[in-house]
Amino acid sequence: MEPFPQIPMLSYDVVVIGGGPAGMAAAVRAKELGLNVLLLDENDYLGGILPQCIHPGFGLHYYKEELTGPEFASRLARKLVELGVEYKTAARVLEIKNYSDLEKVVIFTSPTGVYQVWAKAIIYAAGARERHAFEIGIVGDRVSGIYTAGEAQTLMDIYGILPGKEVVIVGSGDVGLIMARRFALEGAKVKAVVELMPYPGGLARNVMILRDFDIPLYLSHKVVEVRGKGRVERVKVVRVDENLNEIPGSEFWISCDTLIISAGLVPNVKKLEAIGVEIDPATGGPVVNDRLETSVPGIFVAGNSLLINDLVDYVAEQGELAAEGAKEFIENGGIESRKWIKVEKGENVRLIAPHYLSGDRDVYLYLRVARPMEDVELRIPEIGRKMRLPVVKPAEMLRVKLKAEEIKNAERLTVEVVEA
Amino acid sequence: MKTKVAIIGAGISGASIARVLSRYENLEVHLIEKAPDVGWGVSKANTALIHGGYDDDPEKYPMRAKLCIGGNRLWHQWVKELEIPHVWNGALIVALKEEDFDELEKLLERGRQNGVPEMRIVDREEVFHLEPNLTREAIGALWVPIVGQIGPIPAVIAITENAVANGVKTHLETEVRGIKVENGEVKGVETNNGFIEADIVINAAGLYADEIARIAGIDYFEIHPRKGEYWLFDDTVPGPRRVLFPTPTPISKGIVVTTEVSGHLMIGPNAQDLPPEEKDNLATTREGLKEVWEGAKKLWPQLPPRSRVIRTFAGLRPEPTGGDFIIKAEEEVWGFINVAGIRSPGLTSAPAIAYEVAEIIKRDLGIELREKSKWNPYRKEITHFFMMTPEQANEAVTKNPAYGKIVCRCNNVSEGDILEAIERMKFIGVKTPSVDSVKFRTKATTGTCQGSFCRPKIIQLLAREYGVEPWKVTLKGKGSEIGIGDVKALLRGEEA
Ligand SMILES: Cc1cc2nc3c(=O)[nH]c(=O)nc-3n(C[C@H](O)[C@H](O)[C@H](O)COP(=O)(O)OP(=O)(O)OC[C@H]3O[C@@H](n4cnc5c(N)ncnc54)[C@H](O)[C@@H]3O)c2cc1C
Ligand SMILES: Cc1cc2nc3c(=O)[nH]c(=O)nc-3n(C[C@H](O)[C@H](O)[C@H](O)COP(=O)(O)OP(=O)(O)OC[C@H]3O[C@@H](n4cnc5c(N)ncnc54)[C@H](O)[C@@H]3O)c2cc1C
Repeated sequence: MEPFPQIPMLSYDVVVIGGGPAGMAAAVRAKELGLNVLLLDENDYLGGILPQCIHPGFGLHYYKEELTGPEFASRLARKLVELGVEYKTAARVLEIKNYSDLEKVVIFTSPTGVYQVWAKAIIYAAGARERHAFEIGIVGDRVSGIYTAGEAQTLMDIYGILPGKEVVIVGSGDVGLIMARRFALEGAKVKAVVELMPYPGGLARNVMILRDFDIPLYLSHKVVEVRGKGRVERVKVVRVDENLNEIPGSEFWISCDTLIISAGLVPNVKKLEAIGVEIDPATGGPVVNDRLETSVPGIFVAGNSLLINDLVDYVAEQGELAAEGAKEFIENGGIESRKWIKVEKGENVRLIAPHYLSGDRDVYLYLRVARPMEDVELRIPEIGRKMRLPVVKPAEMLRVKLKAEEIKNAERLTVEVVEA
Repeated sequence: MKTKVAIIGAGISGASIARVLSRYENLEVHLIEKAPDVGWGVSKANTALIHGGYDDDPEKYPMRAKLCIGGNRLWHQWVKELEIPHVWNGALIVALKEEDFDELEKLLERGRQNGVPEMRIVDREEVFHLEPNLTREAIGALWVPIVGQIGPIPAVIAITENAVANGVKTHLETEVRGIKVENGEVKGVETNNGFIEADIVINAAGLYADEIARIAGIDYFEIHPRKGEYWLFDDTVPGPRRVLFPTPTPISKGIVVTTEVSGHLMIGPNAQDLPPEEKDNLATTREGLKEVWEGAKKLWPQLPPRSRVIRTFAGLRPEPTGGDFIIKAEEEVWGFINVAGIRSPGLTSAPAIAYEVAEIIKRDLGIELREKSKWNPYRKEITHFFMMTPEQANEAVTKNPAYGKIVCRCNNVSEGDILEAIERMKFIGVKTPSVDSVKFRTKATTGTCQGSFCRPKIIQLLAREYGVEPWKVTLKGKGSEIGIGDVKALLRGEEA
């Protein structure tokens, strides 16, 4: 079988798509496990979004020390180079073809040509995209000065461009809060952070930024309209009630020249959808088993393509796990399990992964709650597991370790977060 | 001596006129546009349909009735000569109630009168054969196979490139502010960039054609803006195979559901009349968008969730007094030709409008038109990486590594595509680098992520190729700069 006889052909055990922390950690681990691996990333540099995250807050679990994004990325990259992992930057994967379990083809383009790579397994770690202004229903004029947080961060921290001087930020998640500080540090006036929910979306340490820089936070508010001629001149804000319905008459305008949208990330999975990988509407990423294998055998996924992580440490951990899965898959010609234990969302659990557990191995469950609660218990009734938690917030991903022993006899597991 | 022609407005009308007139060796054609690039007026935001020509009443709107079907026929040739993105997929005007058939019969009859071929009324069974996912309420439709769709701005760009290749001179960022008339004859136009001499002035200024006419001393018509809003969805959302119209009402053709040429489900427009002074009000509104949503749902109940919306936008139709196109040489001012009130179906009619203008120049101004011995009807479409097979792409990359670097990941637009777009911008005289100029030529920034990944890279390429600081690159012309300075500008007290 030769899909494109006229283009150069390469062959590897594993192709890793995406050179962010998930992909790099996966490639490093795969190499350590003796696999012949190729890492591809479309950017000119490795690291994914980390090189633009110049603030600290990365690596506390993985490296037991607090690093900036570029530092975290360069540690992984150094390891990759030391081990002699083959990688290509400026290499964009155009298409994945799945011929059979152990025969997959990745087509990629790069400045030296278009290639087809045959691989036995694929680790997909292509990250996420940001939700944009149209997607969250903002209407009005189409003007300059509207950016997603990541785009503004790229402009400032990769290319050295200052987007504007009077800024309104939509969304109080970590990314929005960090961008609020970033603008303030460059001398811009952050006029407001506007949050739809009645509570801030970010980690407590990041919410402190608002106080440090004297930035007003509007909870239960949303930006609904932008007006301006060439550039943003003002935005309309409206208050919402507990059902998130707008309260008539509560509108007001804030003048500004820049609007930053930080309204959440969406896993970047179009290339997986195209080959029939099953997607979980709750995570936006693929349905996976405890090796992070998707519904298409031999296709593994890690990092923000799997589900949106708030900590890069978990992202790297997922990369390693996917590499271990790939090794097992290639060695045994598939991931076998006596049975698959289905993980179900119970009370106040908005999303959870992995979705199926073998019971043969220890596993981390990653989950998010739907609404904040205090003094709660995370319970898995089928195995009598109980975990006391002082607070839970949708913004903070929970990670729970389950031992093989405790789950091996379960038929299914329901995870719930309830009052203690 | 050549006859000098100044065309005001590089929309679909002005550009088409320039192309047709570029054929004659005794004309020197100047195309004047106030925007930084061509096609950014009314021609930018519309439904992009090449209409069938069945709905304009020839008694009430003779120009529209004649030029629409004429334009439709000419587009079949123009899209080929100029390699303009298009699809001929036909339209269904859907009946939901028995009474709707009366209206469809009327349209059928009018279509026959206007010379529209191959129309017929289809029953319930056939309508679902033509469009399986149409609302179950449908009971039949008028089937108009000759309806098609094009990329409207790509069309204006293609036509302008071809016109320039054939000797037309463009003047972008040049606003006409006065018209010199001596002894009842035009002598030229005053602009912010100086005086442009002309023996013939053609007013194709879209929404502003009434104002241009007035400065030439002609004030028998007015143009008011009628807003239409749209939703556009991600390319993974399934859309219809045909263009779907509701049965029209006396005021409007109704809200269309279609898969536009790039494969995105699009719904719209509604129709809202604005006061004459709001000719630049292109803001989308929640009321308007809601109206469109509800209207579209009647034909296409499976509208996707809001998370699949990639964009909303609005356009303004230039509605003239009387409702018909005003295309004529004005008797009071010799040499002044109005191409005004070009509302819908102006995009469809444009090629026919252009030939009509050539005819007016011959017939009413008595100028003999001598064809060039060598006139080039062809123009090559810009290279699109996303249209290449892997083999073709590999070949392109081997010749030019820039084609191997993807800039826009949603639409697979390569750096090579973008550099070619910039060359073509320069070829037609675009002076101010803008992301929109690149967008309309390459489709970069128009995908699922709406440019958040690729815009910064496009800005770098524009800055480099135009030799300006990156923050001075614009989104859509002066006043829409990307930034206010380098990242330390405020701290140094150098804010722009
Ligand atoms: C503003 C901001 C602040 C943050 N702060 C923190 C923090 O303080 N602490 C913390 O722990 N985490 C933080 N994070 C989160 C952390 O950075 C992410 O969780 C992590 O980078 C995700 O890694 P990833 O490898 O999954 O994806 P990414 O880093 O997005 O990498 C994916 C890579 O895949 C490439 N790619 C995609 N598609 C293709 C293709 N078809 N072909 C080739 N390559 C492709 C992409 O270009 C990209 O380079 C922050 C994130 C942001 C945006
Ligand atoms: C919502 C909507 C839907 C539509 N749908 C369709 C459809 O599906 N099919 C169809 O056939 N038609 C449709 N139309 C109509 C079609 O878009 C217009 O008829 C057509 O684009 C008009 O083109 P134009 O060249 O006359 O005007 P424009 O494109 O507006 O061009 C005029 C140009 O003149 C310039 N200009 C103005 N004043 C000056 C000045 N003083 N100096 C220099 N330059 C100046 C402007 O900047 C502009 O670029 C629709 C229109 C709208 C708004």
